[in-house]
Amino acid sequence: MAARVIVTTSGKGGVGKTTSTANIAAALARFGKKVVAVDADVGLRNLDVIMGLENRVVYNFIDVIEKTCKLNQALVKDKRVPGLYLLPAAQTRTKDAVNPEQMVALCEELKPEFDFVLLDCPAGIEGGFKNAAAGAEEALVVTTPEIPSVRDADRIIGMLESMGKSPIRLIINRLRPNMVQDGDMLAKDDILDVLSIDLIGVVPEDESVIRATNNGEPMTMSLDSPAAHAYLNIAERILGHDVPLMDLESYASRSFISKIKRFFMGKRKNRS
Amino acid sequence: MDFLKKLFGGGSEQSGKKAKNRLQLVLMHDRTDISPQLLDNLRADIIGVLTKYMEIDMSKIEIGIDHIDIDNDKQVALVANVPVKSIRRGTVDVDKI
Repeated sequence: MAARVIVTTSGKGGVGKTTSTANIAAALARFGKKVVAVDADVGLRNLDVIMGLENRVVYNFIDVIEKTCKLNQALVKDKRVPGLYLLPAAQTRTKDAVNPEQMVALCEELKPEFDFVLLDCPAGIEGGFKNAAAGAEEALVVTTPEIPSVRDADRIIGMLESMGKSPIRLIINRLRPNMVQDGDMLAKDDILDVLSIDLIGVVPEDESVIRATNNGEPMTMSLDSPAAHAYLNIAERILGHDVPLMDLESYASRSFISKIKRFFMGKRKNRS
Repeated sequence: MDFLKKLFGGGSEQSGKKAKNRLQLVLMHDRTDISPQLLDNLRADIIGVLTKYMEIDMSKIEIGIDHIDIDNDKQVALVANVPVKSIRRGTVDVDKI
């Protein structure tokens, strides 16, 4: 085995990098792949909590780099999904505790053991980002349909391109289909127009994301929500399957108020 | 009707379109990536060339990067506004400069 190493990044914080990493990792494992999700956010670790594995963390990847422990001792095996592992970050260290060469070496150590190494990158464009990106060949850029987030994604895409990452693909997260229909949110195509990179999936805004975080169970483990399906589709596309984009509009038109709204708004426009 | 407008949020211009326009401008600016230092040097050089041919009002020169619509396509433009006091006629021999 030689794993594909993929970094999840965004530039801006709070757009869903960690949630995306956890859900894609769990989904890939469901497809029978051996996956390790690496929390590269040293000092502000959260992937363990999102995956619900925080109580089982003993060592972290800095211990591995500093040879305090063996790689196998630091890996946390997720008992709910076969083939899913977490490599936690150190919480009491800073981002200066690692350098890009060490991250590359760590990824090389992980590669023969797994099908996929997913690196959850910290926000920002400084050391933490450079460390996480150094070990990866491919990148997933997460953005929400808002100006600040898309702008930061553009910066990050430029940096990833200059580092030679390929493919670099976009996840549009927290899209609200009914707001897009009403013209009050950047649409998928608006974002693709300005960023001009390949899209790998659109994840709708979904309350189950918050519930999943509360419960410490990635949504792709139970698959009972639109966001879970979106992440499962993304995982399939990573595996090279041709999966059509979800019909988010049908989720939007389920909302009764948005139906009435369009009825009135449509009428109003015709008259004027 | 105002009540309905408020209820359905259709009173103002569609904010999505506005967001796209603002985003395009912001990205264009970010991607141009011209430092103030570069702009200063450019300004000094342009003034140097222009003063060989004409007397210009140094205090009112405006040089900057702007965004313009060409055939409905937004593009980056170097916009220079240079008030000319007078043209130096026949005083400059280009070959000697």
